[in-house]
Amino acid sequence: MEGEILKTVNLSAYYGKHQVLKSITLSFPENRVTAILGPSGCGKSTFIRCLNRMHELVEGARMEGKVYLRGKDIYEMEPTTVRRKIGMVFQRPNPFPTMTIYDNVIAGYKLGGIKLKKTEADALVEDSLRKAALWEEVKDFLYKRGTFLSGGQQQRLCIARALAMKPEVLLLDEPTSALDPKSTARIEELIQELKKTVTIILVTHNIGQASRVSDFTAFLYLGELVEFGATERVFTVPRDKRTEEYLVGKFG
Amino acid sequence: MRGRLIKDRIFELVVIAFSLAALVPLFVILVYVFKKGLPVINWSFLTHLPKPVGVKGGGVANALVGTAFLVLIASVTSIPLGIWAGIYLSENKNSPISEFVRVSVDVLQATPSIVVGILAYIWLVKPIGHFSALSGGVALGIMMLPMVVRSTEEVLNLVPHYLKEASLALGVSYPRTVLKVLLPSGIPGIVSGILLGVSRVAGETAPLLFTAFGNQFMNWNILKPMNALPLLIFNYAMSPYEEWKRLAWGASVLLILLVMVGNIISRMVSEKWKVKF
Repeated sequence: MEGEILKTVNLSAYYGKHQVLKSITLSFPENRVTAILGPSGCGKSTFIRCLNRMHELVEGARMEGKVYLRGKDIYEMEPTTVRRKIGMVFQRPNPFPTMTIYDNVIAGYKLGGIKLKKTEADALVEDSLRKAALWEEVKDFLYKRGTFLSGGQQQRLCIARALAMKPEVLLLDEPTSALDPKSTARIEELIQELKKTVTIILVTHNIGQASRVSDFTAFLYLGELVEFGATERVFTVPRDKRTEEYLVGKFG
Repeated sequence: MRGRLIKDRIFELVVIAFSLAALVPLFVILVYVFKKGLPVINWSFLTHLPKPVGVKGGGVANALVGTAFLVLIASVTSIPLGIWAGIYLSENKNSPISEFVRVSVDVLQATPSIVVGILAYIWLVKPIGHFSALSGGVALGIMMLPMVVRSTEEVLNLVPHYLKEASLALGVSYPRTVLKVLLPSGIPGIVSGILLGVSRVAGETAPLLFTAFGNQFMNWNILKPMNALPLLIFNYAMSPYEEWKRLAWGASVLLILLVMVGNIISRMVSEKWKVKF
């Protein structure tokens, strides 16, 4: 396996007394797409929220274990630094309604108080929108509100916004679950393109999506890591009975 | 079948009749006050000071200036405090402090305005040694405070959680997220709450009786007694002089217009600037 960029060791998460993740140890290879697959409520979202410390924002939530980004414990770094290095795109497209498309792309800088020169900002906006495969569609209305775009375009805008922070890892939390099939296909294409520059961790409950876009698959069930391996291997010769049953559609 | 339709129709008419009946007091007041007050209003009414008894004409310029000052002082004291408190309440919904603050704010809202006036008297008038616009403005500010707190809290509660997440996930710190994402999304609602508060306290008389006190002359010093529209109405309407009563009617029209415009602008602001999530 290639170099790993992100690693969890014995990661457990709780909401109050309820344990949602049970001691997960997992390594994410650099510049690859790793799919976190599993039925609803198995802790997929909680898991990736532990990876950029979004988990700790929920009242009553707590986690144990370690998460390392290039060998450094992210729970000993500033949360804001962690979240800049590990970007996130959510289920529902969530561009900032008060901002233009242009400002949405550099929202991380504007809101975070990081100064950009006009030329730097222009270049960053174009570059990020190109990477998110949205540039051609919006280059003529950069100064319109981001909320005028279609759902799929809004989601790509959110991807551009995350990419503008130049993250090392991009967490995608079911990024297509609120989108139509055509927009979904575009985003899946985009994910393939993006992995050249950024490591992607994709949460999905869509088995087809995991098989289409990911290089590695981790199957989570009831808070437990059941199986992890190359996607092709996991899908053709699953080692665990539960993985097989899920993949053939016996539950989920 | 026919019977049911007739019943439906009767019910509808009753509902309409009662809604219209609720408007009657407002229209009676408006018609009466405007009939009496509107003829009084002209340029010199707005720009001149009240004349001594027996001299014709005169205006309410000092009261207009005074009301403007009082509202300004009230805004300066209540808006920053109210917005911060509203942010706290919305961000810490279940903390014991929030519960306590909410109850306190409700009690403050229900406190009779004359009591608020006494409070300002004890806090400011007595230590300073004389009546002042400052004490009146603070009294009005205390009355405005609950409205600002509550409208800020309510409007921030409407800002969807996912916007906050979006900002935090970009590595923006929590304080900046509150100030740059939550607050701007809530601004239209907060502004409209403030305008409602302003138009509410602009018409208050009781808290001004022993704070701003009133003044026959033009005064620009907030540490001195100052006149205000409601005070002028209160004093002149009770006077035995026809000329002063006329001024009181004119001032009433101004005050009603002020309140109406405040309400209408407040509605327009929350409609027009509404952020669509």
